[in-house]
Amino acid sequence: MEQFDIIVIGGGPAGLAAAIAAYDAGVHSILVLEREDRLGGILNQCIHNGFGLHTFGEELTGPEYAQRYIDRLMERNIAYRCGAAVLHISPEKTVTAVSRADGLMTLQANAVILAMGCRERSRGALNIPGYRPAGIYSAGTAQRLVNINGLMPGKRVVILGSGDIGLIMARRLTLEGAKVEVVAELMPYSGGLKRNIVQCLDDFGIPLKLSHTVVQIEGKERVSGVVIAQVDTHGKPIAGTEEHYDCDTLLLSCGLIPENELSRALGVTLSPVTNGPVVTEQLQTSVPGVFAAGNVLHVHDLVDFVSQEAASAGRAAAAYVAGGCIKTPDAGVAIMLGSGVRYSVPATVDPTRVTDNLTIRFRVGSVMKNRRVCLYLNDTPVLRRKRPVMAPGEMEQLVLTEAMLQESAPVKTIRIEIEEAGA
Amino acid sequence: MKRVLTCIGCPLGCQITVELHDAQIISVTGNTCRRGSEYARKEVTNPTRIVTSSVPVTGSCGQTAMVSCKTEHDIPKSKVFDVIAGLKTVRVQAPVKIGDVLLKNAAGTGVDVIATKNVF
Amino acid sequence: MYDVVIIGAGVTGCAVARELSRYQLRACVLERCEDVCCGTSKANSAIVHAGFDAKHGSKMAELNVRGSRLMPEFCRELDVPYRRNGSLVVCMDEADLPKLHELYENGLKNGVEQLEIIGAETLRTLEPNISLNAVGALYAPTGGIVCPFTLTIALAENAYANGVAFRFNTEVAALHRENGLWHIQTNRGEVVSRCVVNAAGVYADTLHNLVSETKLHITPRRGEYMLLDRTAGAHVSHTVFQLPGKLGKGVLVSPTIHGNLIVGPTAEDISDREGTDTTASGLHELAEKAQLAVSGLPLRQVITSFAGLRAHEDGHEFVLGEADGAPGFFDCAGIESPGLSASPAIGQFTAKLLREKLNLAEKPDFIATRDGIPDPKSLSPDEYRALIARQPAYGQIVCRCEQVTEGEILDAIRRPLGAKSVDGVKRRTRAGMGRCQAGFCSVRVMELLSRELGISMDAVTKCGGDSRYITGKLKEG
Repeated sequence: MEQFDIIVIGGGPAGLAAAIAAYDAGVHSILVLEREDRLGGILNQCIHNGFGLHTFGEELTGPEYAQRYIDRLMERNIAYRCGAAVLHISPEKTVTAVSRADGLMTLQANAVILAMGCRERSRGALNIPGYRPAGIYSAGTAQRLVNINGLMPGKRVVILGSGDIGLIMARRLTLEGAKVEVVAELMPYSGGLKRNIVQCLDDFGIPLKLSHTVVQIEGKERVSGVVIAQVDTHGKPIAGTEEHYDCDTLLLSCGLIPENELSRALGVTLSPVTNGPVVTEQLQTSVPGVFAAGNVLHVHDLVDFVSQEAASAGRAAAAYVAGGCIKTPDAGVAIMLGSGVRYSVPATVDPTRVTDNLTIRFRVGSVMKNRRVCLYLNDTPVLRRKRPVMAPGEMEQLVLTEAMLQESAPVKTIRIEIEEAGA
Repeated sequence: MKRVLTCIGCPLGCQITVELHDAQIISVTGNTCRRGSEYARKEVTNPTRIVTSSVPVTGSCGQTAMVSCKTEHDIPKSKVFDVIAGLKTVRVQAPVKIGDVLLKNAAGTGVDVIATKNVF
Repeated sequence: MYDVVIIGAGVTGCAVARELSRYQLRACVLERCEDVCCGTSKANSAIVHAGFDAKHGSKMAELNVRGSRLMPEFCRELDVPYRRNGSLVVCMDEADLPKLHELYENGLKNGVEQLEIIGAETLRTLEPNISLNAVGALYAPTGGIVCPFTLTIALAENAYANGVAFRFNTEVAALHRENGLWHIQTNRGEVVSRCVVNAAGVYADTLHNLVSETKLHITPRRGEYMLLDRTAGAHVSHTVFQLPGKLGKGVLVSPTIHGNLIVGPTAEDISDREGTDTTASGLHELAEKAQLAVSGLPLRQVITSFAGLRAHEDGHEFVLGEADGAPGFFDCAGIESPGLSASPAIGQFTAKLLREKLNLAEKPDFIATRDGIPDPKSLSPDEYRALIARQPAYGQIVCRCEQVTEGEILDAIRRPLGAKSVDGVKRRTRAGMGRCQAGFCSVRVMELLSRELGISMDAVTKCGGDSRYITGKLKEG
């Protein structure tokens, strides 16, 4: 059986950054397993610009951003296998994978980093009534068709959901000659970045209808139209508000879900909120030696933060291997979430194991204005950050320093609160 | 003349009103920060965009069908569709490296369209 | 010229074709869609009913019980996934218990084996997630679950292997009898046959009424369903029916043979024989009713919903045999639930009539078995390694949710009566049936269809006809 110190599941932005950071932390026996034919993950089809502002101080496209990390992987001669799908991971960290080139592989690792990314919510999960014709695509599937295959999925398009991929595809399809009729969003606010609303919709006069959803899909063979309607505060369609749109295509951009199949089969504890693993400050899951980062852990908005998070996981995995793979006692302090905070990553912090800055990432449950984000250690505020506006679509970050923890030692409680910013 | 814009600087998305007279900015209101004002001034006087697209590539050993590309710098917003039109007849032969010029001086903007993907 | 033309390649038509292929004859199946299993057979509960429900003395009851008994052997021979998971008819009200006993008695008379009335405690031991309101149940250990796609496809493949021809995209417009022969007009020309089997599903009355003065009337009865993710598949282990009570008929909750959980159907009589659209009210009704009998149903795990049409004949009875005034025209009409369960028996029954009519002789070299598409998940590691060594495409995962390999998809396309569309691949391999609902794999499947069938990507369809995915190429036109 082949042995590695660290096996990274996934060669997208998270997997690449994790492998590189683990290597730089001194562990050189690493294998990256990627199910697609090339490294880079979903970035390969995200050909728009806007990546890397935080990491490189410039605006890159997805493939360019991926290539910078691929180059770093190559420079370090880190092993990787493409076209290799992982079928199973055991708690003993035996990884079963299969590829055309290598056949069925049984690989043994001392540590595993989960970096499988996420998938899109499907039409079925949205329970949209109607027929099941051709012409209904998730935004990502349409993106792949257009950007990888060079094929147009339709000519007249309605988009449900204002997630960023849907917005990006509204512009992309418009530029390539399709007519995007409308973007309907169930929530009273957009899930996408403001910049994308303006540059992908407003620039092209594409209307965004908030608090609207698709209530009927028409067409038996190919989509021939959809009906959208306004929804009430519970998201239920309001009778009498139906509007019909002739179209041949319905794109769905209604949210992303961590790819948690392998995580679940492995037995790691999953968060019902993020659908990703529950992790410690080491980004370690409930299974010792199994770490997680990127969209498989919780869905991110910006790839830069995926890379940062994954680098932390890489370093943590390297430290775990260097330390002899000893199961650490479960001494973490659970981060308590104040009203309005949906989750945090990590979920627990062992103050004695934070040797540097610890980034705590979280999301809020609704749009809130004029607030401040506060971090309490032992009921004492150690961090306060003003937020003119907070939205579920924008990930929040707080950086907890080793010094803060030392000053508050022994840390018994950690709490995140959203407070009124006051006058 | 007045123009109303949505600021893209942050999730706040301020509705900024720019008052113009003979292409001269008289006032900018509705923004909550200086970045908003700067954005609005640029957006009404000289709006620009980076254009990204993809063009067919032949001869790739990895069977890649398309190579992604972008304008090397931002170009006037009014030229976006012209740049896309200019790309319509562009066909490239593998190998292609990131940064290779695929179309020089796209739509007379003085800006080249370059590859954003390596294709072998 | 054929001895027998079967109209309709659903599970009934294919079962008849398969049973007929035991004899020396020229037979052909005409199907208006591009593939087998495109109508009622593809959108139902996927249940093999034990046979206690159909009214004693009816053809429906007789063939259901016989079909249920035949099913294990059929599925073994034809390599079709089938499991006897047992059925429970749950009674939610003391006042309804007499009805439960009536059902039990009816089942006994029908000849259903091992039937048993069980109390609430035993019920909860069998199904811990049953509603606390349940007061008892009828337990039928012989109830089962089957893959209706594989069953239909396997019957068709086996019939084909034994010489039955299949013509797809062939819709019957009219037929008449002339000089003792049936002349069948289709959109692809005329077909002549000595006998006709009418297995046209929701259109069976239309065909029947063209040739017989004894009229039939079929109502398309729409049934909507929700399918839940595999993570919810073990929520119940038996097929849980609700005893019809004050609140109507109720809906079933059952594991599927592939480990999902199915909830449904609604029952709505409609006029559109193509009306397989789901409705907001139907889906809402399902959610409400399903939770009456089963607690804690994880409806957030729904991965897809769909609707099928049952061919409901006014008398609620299978209409089988030679039609009045139409010698050689054999009906298999009104085949609604339990039609899937009864299909092996309907096939045998109808084939026997034709054997007698045409005086058919048995084929000495009849092939009784059919091999399905190899499923790597069912292989040992060494067997899987050997398979990849022979055929590397089995090492390439295409559908990540259901772990379907390129090898399986290629087999599905290349085998006789192979898949010609993305849905055809899906029904044969499950690629695209998982939780992402083809988000990741549909483009790969399209590429494989394009390559294997020698058609361009814009000619690849979801399910034949105009169900194309691609409307043009970038940087063209």
